[in-house]
Amino acid sequence: MVILMDEILRILEKDARTTAKQISAIVGIPEAEVKKKIKEMEKKGIIRKYKTVINWEKAGKEPVYAMIDVKVFPERERGYDAVAERIMRFPEVRALYLISGTYDLSVMVMGRDMKEVAYFVAEKLAPLEQVQGTVTHFILKRYKEDGDILFGEEENKRLAVSP
Amino acid sequence: MREVIAERAKRVPPSGIRRFFELVMGMEEVISLGVGEPDFVTPWHIREACVYALERGYTMYTSNYGMLELREEIAKRLERDYSLSYDPADEILVTVGVSEGYDLAIRALVDPGDQVVVHEPSYVSYKPCTIFAGGEPVVVETRVDDEFKLTPEGLEKKITDKTKALILSYPNNPTGATMDRKELEEIADIVIEHDLVVVSDEVYDKLTYEGEPCSFASLNGMQERTVLLNGMSKAYAMTGWRIGYAASNSEVIEAMMKIHQYGMLCAPIMSQMAAIEALRNGEREVREMRQQYIERRNLIVRRLNEMGLECFNPKGAFYAFPSIRAIGLSSEEFAEELLRKKKVAVVPGNAFGDCGEGFVRCSYAASINDISEAMDRMEDFVKDCL
Repeated sequence: MVILMDEILRILEKDARTTAKQISAIVGIPEAEVKKKIKEMEKKGIIRKYKTVINWEKAGKEPVYAMIDVKVFPERERGYDAVAERIMRFPEVRALYLISGTYDLSVMVMGRDMKEVAYFVAEKLAPLEQVQGTVTHFILKRYKEDGDILFGEEENKRLAVSP
Repeated sequence: MREVIAERAKRVPPSGIRRFFELVMGMEEVISLGVGEPDFVTPWHIREACVYALERGYTMYTSNYGMLELREEIAKRLERDYSLSYDPADEILVTVGVSEGYDLAIRALVDPGDQVVVHEPSYVSYKPCTIFAGGEPVVVETRVDDEFKLTPEGLEKKITDKTKALILSYPNNPTGATMDRKELEEIADIVIEHDLVVVSDEVYDKLTYEGEPCSFASLNGMQERTVLLNGMSKAYAMTGWRIGYAASNSEVIEAMMKIHQYGMLCAPIMSQMAAIEALRNGEREVREMRQQYIERRNLIVRRLNEMGLECFNPKGAFYAFPSIRAIGLSSEEFAEELLRKKKVAVVPGNAFGDCGEGFVRCSYAASINDISEAMDRMEDFVKDCL
């Protein structure tokens, strides 16, 4: 059963639009059963949501991304979690990680333009009382995100028929 | 002008696939299930190893046998997977694809008049290569009722006092059939009884989906009489690199090496460098690709059976080989009509031997979406025919 769940998840992770009918043929259980399993996993939060990987630059938008290293004072008893929870609720924050090394948190921020990102850092992030300091790296070009290469897909160069 | 083409070359008909290829080339928006190679591009770390090799100036000839480092990796691989022990110094030869491998093997083993037993349906090159070498191919037909396995009775019937060699090809292109250890042992008994040599093309061994793959050379007493052929093309998605290998006793390998030395010299060094990386660090990708082939196989076989094209469940390689007898068309008619009306390319089964008539080969080295779409179109086509 675990193997079956894993298999369904692997298929959906590659392509969320794979239909229950296709999955049913691949894993060899009835379509209704596949639908039930997916529902179950959605309920349990194993499947969080279905999203689309978008190359916004191609769509004519030019959002600005920045990776911000943050040094914080951990709180007694709650460590880094309290401050992390405050930061992650800002909608500008796309990703947030606790990291080892010189800094404590790594925050990935997206804004419409540079000003918006700068405003977020200066007005929202840096003034937090637990924050000791920040270093902002603006991202100049995105090559790959979440395992997906964002440009220059390799086209199929196979001959149409071969032995 | 006098007749310039040699009898040997004239005697061999052009591959049946060629004509079909030209037909497909003239059309647009065709979904092709006619391709005999992975749809994956070679994993990046393998390609990167080649780029790095070129940067460092690896642009020269190698030993005729191939780079020792690569032969050592090949020896380790055969030891790891089959407990076979070959000396990388003189029992392994790196070839330009498995294609060159069996050409060399047959030319090294076969004298004019010698008979070579080939089971069909099978890959298109065995018979022509035998003829080019001056030998006489003798066909054993395998049947869907036997799951396309070579049976001891079928083989025995074709053996004469001129029989020199047997070409074995499992997991099989185009049927997807495999043979397990016990079944191969029965073949080995006949090989010993009639003092035959076996050329075993095992290029799809890592793409075995049910049961453990078994190398013919690993059977009791068979290593001495077997030319084991394998290569990087299928498992590592490295078709265009042209790297194969042969393993056998030093006498056979030396004879093959001589022909290779004068005809080919060596396999390209940058491809050999990539193959070293693949054998050292490529297992994870092989496993992942294999898993994807299994998913695609399940999808295509189920769909074919559901639409009324009875399909043997392939146990290896990446081909489904459904029977199209129920439709009332020949293999070629079926493939051509399907192409013209629904723009799906499959290969007529008779391209792989006369007994492939009544079947078509559908490669499932294609994306799930392409397979699904192709199956929808094929289902429509079948409905229209019935």
